[in-house]
Amino acid sequence: MSHVPAIGAALDNGKSGEPYWKKVFDGFERSKEWIREVKPDVILLVYNDHAVAFSLDIIPTFALGCAAEFPVADEGWGPRPVPKVIGHPELAAHIAQSVILDEFDLTVVNKMEVDHGLTVPLSLMYGQPKAWPCPVIPLAVNVVVYPPPTAHRCYQLGRAIRKAIRSYEEDLRVVVFGTGGMSHQLQGPRAGFINSKFDRRFLNLMTKDPKALTRITHLELLRETGSEGIELVMWLIMRGALDEKVREVHRFYHVPASNTAVGHLILENVK
Amino acid sequence: MGKPNAYDDIPGTTVFDAQRSRQGYHLNMFCMSLMKAENRTAFKANEGAYLDRFPMTGEQKQAVLARDWNRMISLGGNIYYLAKLFFNDQKSFQYVAAIMTGSSQEEYAAMMLKGGRPPEGNRYKKDWKKKRG
Repeated sequence: MSHVPAIGAALDNGKSGEPYWKKVFDGFERSKEWIREVKPDVILLVYNDHAVAFSLDIIPTFALGCAAEFPVADEGWGPRPVPKVIGHPELAAHIAQSVILDEFDLTVVNKMEVDHGLTVPLSLMYGQPKAWPCPVIPLAVNVVVYPPPTAHRCYQLGRAIRKAIRSYEEDLRVVVFGTGGMSHQLQGPRAGFINSKFDRRFLNLMTKDPKALTRITHLELLRETGSEGIELVMWLIMRGALDEKVREVHRFYHVPASNTAVGHLILENVK
Repeated sequence: MGKPNAYDDIPGTTVFDAQRSRQGYHLNMFCMSLMKAENRTAFKANEGAYLDRFPMTGEQKQAVLARDWNRMISLGGNIYYLAKLFFNDQKSFQYVAAIMTGSSQEEYAAMMLKGGRPPEGNRYKKDWKKKRG
C-alpha cells in the first residue's frame, strides 16, 4: 500500500472528507474492517525511511527495528499527531537471528525514529486511534540511494522472514505490510509520471504469479514506474512472506494522491 | 564520473546513485539539518551565512539560494533531502514537482487529475527529442 505524506497530512488536518481525499480513504474502508476482524498480534511493516532516521552517513539496505518503541519523527513540521509505535523486541530479535543465519545480512537497529513511510500506512488501516492496537516491527529498506535491493532479493528475504516467524516459539498472528509505490516520479522534468497499466499488471501478478515480478529489473522499474516507483520492490518482501497460493481479499487502485498512484492489496494465505 | 549507465536514457530523470550521493553529500546534509528548529531559525536569519557552515560548492549554494530545484538535483541533490528545504519554505512535493516540469501549478494539478504523465512518449530520451523536433 502507499505511504504518500500528503495522505497523512489530509487526515491530520481533518481534510479526509474532502472529495479529493475521500476517494483515497474510501478505498481503505474494507481494509479497516478486515484488520479489525483479523486482529494481528504483531505487524511487520516493510517501508522506507525518507532521509529522516538514516542520512547519507549510513545507508543500510535492510534495517530491522528491534527496539521496544519507536518515536514518531519530526520531519520538519513537527511530528505527526499519531501514537508512538511500540515494537516487539523478542520477535524482532528472533527474526534478525534467523534471517542472518539464512544469509540475509541485515542491520539490527535498537534506536530509531519512524517517519511517514511507516505511520501513514498505519493511519490508513486504523484511522486515528489513541494507541496503535498492536506492536509493530519496522523493516526499513533503502530505496533512496540507488540501487535498492533487487525485487528477487526482496522476495527471498520475505521467504526467510516467513520461515523465521513460523519458527518462533509463540504462536502469533503476524500481518506483514509491504508499502510504497505505486508508479510515481517526484523529481525532474518527468515528474508526475504514472503508469496505470503497469501498476494494474503488478497487482495482478502479486496475487497470481509473484515469481514473475521477481524478474523485473531496476531499469524497467525506473523507466516504467518512475524514479520513485522503484520502491515497489518492497511489496515483494511482503509477498515472499506469504504462501505461494493466496486469496485476494481486497484491491484498490486510484490516481492521484498528490504525485502518486495509490495501490492497495490485501492477501491472505489460503489455508 | 564513471561510465554511462543504462538508466541515463530515461528522459527528465536523474537517478540518485552512489556517484551522485557522493557529489551531493554536503548539499543533502545541509537540507537534512533543517529538521532541527534551531537550524531553521539560523537559516532564516541569514541563508548565505548558514550555507557557509557546509563545505558545499559555490554552484550548490547558488542553486539553494535561487531555489533552483532542477539545478540542485543536477548537482547531487536528492528529492527526499530537498524536501526538508521546501517544507521549510512551506511548499509541497506537488508544488516543487510542477516547477521542475516547467508547468504552472494549475496545469500540473490538472495533469495529475487526468491520470498523470503517461508512459507513452516518456520512456526514452529519443522520445522527447522527437517531440521537441
